[in-house]
Amino acid sequence: MKKIFLIGFKDLKLMFRDKAALILMLVAPFALTIGLGLATGQMNMGSDSGISDIPLIIVNQDGGQLGDALVNVFESDELEGLVAPTLMDDYAAAQKEVDEDNTAAVLLIPAGFSDSIIPQEGQAYTNEPIDLVLYTNPLAPTSVSIIRSIVDSFLSQVETAKTGGTVIIGQMVTSGLIAPEQAQAAGEAYGLSQTGGQDSSIAIKSLTGEGEESEVNALAILAPGMALMFLMYTVSNGGRSLLVERNHGTLARLAVSPSRIGEVLAGKMFGIFLTGVAQMAILIVASSLLYKLHWGDPLGMAALILAAVIGATGWGMLLCAIANTPGQVSSIGSALMLIFGILGGSFFSLSYLPDWAQWVAHISPNAWGMDGFTTLALGGDITNLGKPILGLLVMGAVLFGISTLLINRRGIVRA
Amino acid sequence: MNSIAQISHLVKNYGEVKAVQDISFDIHEGEIFSLLGPNGAGKTTTISMLSTLYTPTSGDATIGGHSITKEPMAVRGIIGVVPQELALYDDLSARENLNFWGNMYGLTGKTLKARVDEVLEQIGLADKANMRVKTYSGGMKRRVNIGVGLLHKPRLLFMDEPTVGIDPQSRRAILDSVKDLNIEGMTVLYTTHYMEEAQELSDRVGIIDHGKLIAIGTQAELTRQVGEMDTLRLHVGETDPIETLVKALQSMRGIKKADQSDHTIDIITASAEEILAPVIIKANEIGVKIRSVDIQEPDLESVFLHLTGRALRD
Repeated sequence: MKKIFLIGFKDLKLMFRDKAALILMLVAPFALTIGLGLATGQMNMGSDSGISDIPLIIVNQDGGQLGDALVNVFESDELEGLVAPTLMDDYAAAQKEVDEDNTAAVLLIPAGFSDSIIPQEGQAYTNEPIDLVLYTNPLAPTSVSIIRSIVDSFLSQVETAKTGGTVIIGQMVTSGLIAPEQAQAAGEAYGLSQTGGQDSSIAIKSLTGEGEESEVNALAILAPGMALMFLMYTVSNGGRSLLVERNHGTLARLAVSPSRIGEVLAGKMFGIFLTGVAQMAILIVASSLLYKLHWGDPLGMAALILAAVIGATGWGMLLCAIANTPGQVSSIGSALMLIFGILGGSFFSLSYLPDWAQWVAHISPNAWGMDGFTTLALGGDITNLGKPILGLLVMGAVLFGISTLLINRRGIVRA
Repeated sequence: MNSIAQISHLVKNYGEVKAVQDISFDIHEGEIFSLLGPNGAGKTTTISMLSTLYTPTSGDATIGGHSITKEPMAVRGIIGVVPQELALYDDLSARENLNFWGNMYGLTGKTLKARVDEVLEQIGLADKANMRVKTYSGGMKRRVNIGVGLLHKPRLLFMDEPTVGIDPQSRRAILDSVKDLNIEGMTVLYTTHYMEEAQELSDRVGIIDHGKLIAIGTQAELTRQVGEMDTLRLHVGETDPIETLVKALQSMRGIKKADQSDHTIDIITASAEEILAPVIIKANEIGVKIRSVDIQEPDLESVFLHLTGRALRD
């Protein structure tokens, strides 16, 4: 066991002395994350790449002037082509549409929304407005952010009108320009005619597809996507190191030391594992600090990282077992990194692939990893990660077994 | 004399290629035993089997009483290996390399530190111990390569052509260190294709060619196989028809063998003085200009020539 640790930590040290490898392990994922973030504004992801005809369901339970006005905003000519609103009465049915990924969001305008902002005649002004509810699809963050910005803009106008109207109508009544009984009508007319750009005190309550309140940050899914993709680089580079050691004679030297072949291979695998864990840990800590990114339940994240690295390490070992030269490992590894990156959901959401493609995608550790990180980003914890963690552990164990057989059969360590 | 290693009918085939063919010999405790042979003779394959890196096709060997096929782990604890190619981590310093390999051989703590310091002194790199190996010269790397093999004080040290490709000064240092190790009691199996090294270092020599051990013994025993023959070495011009001269010499009376290598011709004869004049006359007839002549007492080179009909350098 001690020798496994010795070989593993030696490989970790060597990897962190390789400047070229460090650039690809650590700098490249950051650069790509930032690049994609800048290219897409709010960290675009999933099939949400287009910004036209964003599907939105509006459930207007209010029926008041403001509720109708908000519906009119989404149905206006200005937003035609950008948003494709549908009106529904049943909020639960509308939520189901989100859960089934058929729409980007449901906007619920609760009953009494207008009255909570514009008091009716004879009612006291409570200053306690009822919140709009935006039930969002976590797989379509860009669409959601566009809808949210439209609602924000509307609410800002309402807020401005409310504040300004109160002062102006009050002065008009005081000065005798209008009668007190005309105040409400004048206020409504004023409010609906005003526009403004200030933040609103009238809030949007944001709900995710599971109904839990959360702030979905696309970066929380984009960053792990990049980290997982470049994890494949790290593990293929680690697998390559076995063949490099064979060419440099150090593998033979290990083989003639008082060590079993299993210890040497396990040590190499442990080295790949350690390097992968270190890479993921550095990326996560750094992105948390730089992007203020919340990765979710720390325990779940730690377990998921360990499992993802184990799964990916299996692939690194397999590459080494089937390739003849370090160059071949690099070539195949680079191709695999990109294929798994695309297939595994590092660039777009797997949910937009057909079922069979989603099934195939799970030969990659990226897909299992993304499943887990998405769960964490949506507020899940370690208890929700059983499936991805098990998938990754089984993947690592199976691939390590196959790799060991192939390496022994090919006499890579001892002939 | 006690044998630390008994090699018995060792065979290694790679498909149709017979790399080592039925080799048997003993290595005595405390001696330097050299395997002398040209490149591709099977020296490295033999060491690779003895060090348990390769599994023999057939045959076996015991080292320190342990079978290389049945008890490889026990064998690995007894031996040290200095491979022909440098087997070091270039991005680690000499000290880090020695620490890692020492750990792999079970050395820890103060014992490891003391031993690493000792070996660094021994290989003359104590003052450069913390520099990365990739910054070293070829000779310095060779010394670290040897140092790794010595760390755990093996009873039997395998050194596979440790002086290939290095400068004369480093080569001298390595040969001296091999002798020092032997004086300290370490048994050494040394492979080389340099006759001079085998002659300088060895208590006994095994001559290997085409995978077969063709002679074994002390240098005196081996040279006796050549008898009282002399070796006449002719150095000739680069563009001269050497092959024609060699063929002519092979059929000359008084010459037992004649062989060429580059621009030299080695002739084994009962009396170099007697055939010198006829040889020069024949060379003149053929148009070969003789630039210099050496007459040598029987040595390992002439033994190899005598046994194989070829020069060791071929």
